[in-house]
Formats: sequence, C-alpha cells, structure tokens
Amino acid sequence: MLSEIALYGAFETGLIYGIVAFGVYLSFRVLHFPDLTVDGSFPLGAAVAAVMIIDGFNPWLATGMALVAGMGAGAVTALLNVRLHILNLLASILTMIALYSVNLRIMGRPNIALLSEETVLTPWYELDLAFHQVPVALFLLVSLVGLVMLWRFMQSETGLAMRATGANPRMARSQGIATGWMIVLGIALSNGLVALAGALFAQSQGAADVTMGVGVIVIGLASLIGGEAVLTPRNVFRALLACLVGAILYRLAIALALNADFVGLKTQDLNLITAVLVTLAIVLPNARHSVKSFFSRS
Amino acid sequence: MISADNLQLTFGKGTPLENPALRGLSLKVDPGEFVTVIGSNGAGKSTLLNALSGEVMVDSGQIIVDDKDVTKLPTHRRADRVARVFQDPLAGTCEDLTIEENMSLAIKRGMRRGLGSGVKNRYRKRFRDALAELNLGLENRLGDRMGLLSGGQRQAVSLLMASLNPSSILLLDEHTAALDPRTARFVLNLTCNIVERHRKTALMVTHSMKQALDVGSRTVMLHQGQVVFDISGEEREGLEVPDLLSLFEKQRGLEVTDDSLLLG
Repeated sequence: MLSEIALYGAFETGLIYGIVAFGVYLSFRVLHFPDLTVDGSFPLGAAVAAVMIIDGFNPWLATGMALVAGMGAGAVTALLNVRLHILNLLASILTMIALYSVNLRIMGRPNIALLSEETVLTPWYELDLAFHQVPVALFLLVSLVGLVMLWRFMQSETGLAMRATGANPRMARSQGIATGWMIVLGIALSNGLVALAGALFAQSQGAADVTMGVGVIVIGLASLIGGEAVLTPRNVFRALLACLVGAILYRLAIALALNADFVGLKTQDLNLITAVLVTLAIVLPNARHSVKSFFSRS
Repeated sequence: MISADNLQLTFGKGTPLENPALRGLSLKVDPGEFVTVIGSNGAGKSTLLNALSGEVMVDSGQIIVDDKDVTKLPTHRRADRVARVFQDPLAGTCEDLTIEENMSLAIKRGMRRGLGSGVKNRYRKRFRDALAELNLGLENRLGDRMGLLSGGQRQAVSLLMASLNPSSILLLDEHTAALDPRTARFVLNLTCNIVERHRKTALMVTHSMKQALDVGSRTVMLHQGQVVFDISGEEREGLEVPDLLSLFEKQRGLEVTDDSLLLG
C-alpha cells in the first residue's frame, strides 16, 4: 500500500515536524501562549540556512544561525505581548506577517535551490545506508538530542519556573519568578526550534521557499494533539515523546491517504486532510469518553 | 518588620467607577508580631495585602519591609521578603506540577534560578520531613501531581511552601475561608505552629471576628481604607466578639451589625 520510499519519506518529514511540535508544545502547552509566529519562523530558519549555505558557510553553522534567528523572532512576539501589552495571539500574527517581508529580504528572491550545495546531510551519504534512509537517520538523531535536552531543561530550576509561569502566573510571581522574562525566553526557545526545523526541512527538500511556512502551525498542532491522543502524557517526557510520535503518525496518515488510489485524494487536498485530522484528534478522545459513559449508564 | 505609611490607592481613577480602596492607611508591625486583620466588605483588607505583596502599586505612601523600601518593586522582586498564602486553595500551587516540583519552586523563592536540576535530592528529605508533620500521608507522595490533592491538603502544602525558606513577612489572605470547618481548623493550627516556630512576622486577614481574637498577638480593624482600631496585649486579652463590635461603634459612631462584619 505504501512504498518503502514513501514510508521513509513520511518518517523524514515527520521527524522534522516533530521538532516543530516541540516548539508548539512549549508555547501552547507549557506557557499557554497561542503563538502563530511559527508560520513565519519556519521559513525564516530555511531562509537563513539557505543563504548562508549558498554563501559557503558550514551547513551546521548555517543551521545554528537559523535557530538563533528564530529565537530572535520569538523574542519579538513575546516582547510585543509582555512589554507593549498586545494580545498574545495578535502579537504573534504581527510578527508572522512582518517575517514574510523579512524572509524575502534575507533570500533576495522567493526561493533558493540547494540541490547541488553541501548540506548537513552530505557527509551522511558516505555512510553505508540506502539513499532514502540517510535523512531519517540524521533527523532521528537531531530530534532525539532535542528531546533529551528539552526534557532536561524542563526539569531544571528555570524550566520549573517556566512551567509555573504558564500554569499559575500569580503563584509564579509570588515565588519570585519574573514571569515576563520567562515568556520571552520560552517563546524565543519555541521559535528557535521551529526555525531549526525549517533549516533542516530546506536542506532535506533541496530548496527554501518563502511560502513554505503556510500552515506549519496547524501541522505542529496536529502533531501535538494527535500525539497526546495516542500517548496521554502525564509528564514532560511523555509529552515530548508524544510530539514526535504524533508528527510521524500525522505524516504516515497523509502518505497513506495520498497513496491509496481508491480514496481518490490528490496532493492539493493536503490542507483539507490536515484540518480533518486535527478536528478528529481533538474530538475523538472526548467521543471515546462519551461512548463509554453511554454504555455504563445503560 | 513592616512599615506602611500613609498608603493611598484609588481604583479606576477618573472614571465613574472610581473607588478609593486605601485612604491614608498606616500600619507598623514589629518583627515577630502576628497581626489579625478584620473589616467589612470593601474595607481594604485584600487591597492592603495586595499592596504589601506588590500585586497592586499604591498611588502614594511608602512601604518598608525590613529596612528596605519596596514601594515601587513588582511582586517578584519582593518575593525574597514576602511569602503569601491565597484565599483560593488552588491559587498557591501549580496543579500540573508534582508536590516536590511545587516545593522546589518555593525553596528558591526570591533567589536566582539556573540550569541546575530543579528538584534536588537533598531537598527531598526536607520535603518529606516537613510533609510528615502534617499527618496527611503526603510524605510518600512527593511525585504525585498537585491536582490530585484536596483543597485542604493543597492549602496545607501552600503554608509549608511559604515557610520553606526564610522570608521576613508572611501574608495570609483569608486562607481558611474556602475550607470546610474541620479542615479550616487544621490549617489554622498549622498556621499558628509555623508562625511560632519560624518567628514570622505575619499578617492574617480573616472574616471571622472570633478567629481574629483567638489567634495572634494583635488585632487591627480596617474601615473605608483606614485603620479604625488597633489592639494588642492586655487590652486584647479576654476581649469577646461583642466587645469588638461596641469598640468599633464607639470609634466610628456608627451602627453596625455583626453580620455585615462577619460576612465582610
């Protein structure tokens, strides 16, 4: 039903979107900050990495700078909210819109091809792996390192303070936590991760495009919510794992839907499928509950 | 030590809903004093606590805690000196965090937080010992989510959290009001023990005049944003609720019913 290449492809993009989902988890779940900057910081990461790679910089340095640029974008959103008291959702939309121009400025044109350039993937093709397995191996490594580092961070003194800021800001303040700065740090970190994912995505797809960010926030949310439905996270580790699992499941579902000819879906139906999947992921856990209570009543 | 001098605070200034909450309130509390605060609705009790903790900024006047002028400091920059327990038992803790994570947040109150482990092994023994004294069996549930605890248990843990590291003043905002009578008594006893053992300077707002007289060493009554009377020592010994009421009437030349104060 699904070719081997399509299967690995689903894992490859799934792992990248898993990193996006880490970022979305930080903003939506930990800080309760609905942050749409993501749609702009994903292509921002791609743009920064692509331009630096074209200019001959080391691809890992380019990817690192993409992360830093993403953190800057996140910090702008958070400061608009914390310092200028603009509603969080609106603040993130403002940054997202602004980033569209910024990304065009960085790239100088709507898209940059990376096909013949040296990327973070290039040295990995020397390994004794099939061509389509290489990105999966590398991105698995990157996302697992990200997972462990985030998990450790969430257990640290600052991580605890950040979780308290999202869960109970009044209590956090009375414990001496500067909640405003915690939001700036958290949203910066979140968008840094998303930009990192954007940089990896551009290198694996062989191009950076200014429109590649459209709908990334929905994909991140789909992965987050889907993963939560499957894993019911009780602690931070499981929640982060759910991000990865959710993102891979999401990509597998998309690949299946597109590959199954009898369903008759085409690539242009992707966003519709995504919206349907997110809706199902939100509704189904509750539906299961109501079905159970329906039977226990009778 | 708390010194509040001539505090003025008006909510909604310049609007039709203008509401003066504090009108030149002054109060001096010596180190180790346990003051109970009473007053009817809108007397300014909660506003006073919010002003002392930094949740609201006063329009004018000066607040000194332990020789430091904190008038202009936001809440988180006063937290090293001010510990607080809220009326809502759910407000003082994070329900998504475990008991030990909540307590670890409190042990670093007002200090720098770095990237070191948040819950340290050496904390755990302290937490367990402190929780064991509550006799609620919580000492074996350090890793449980706070949300699994009852309101009374959460309020007891909030109190412990307020006493984990030295703060000079403890603010209690009707912290037993939302609990059932038995749990309220338990939390009140715990409060007295903690204040006594750690020699805290404490300010407790209460809606019960009886509680105000039974607990602490001094009682202050607020009315319309000012201190109307302030009794301590021998004068306070043997005082009953009706005496308190007549004292209030004498001070203000007003007729007040027990109800309006009790419910306030």
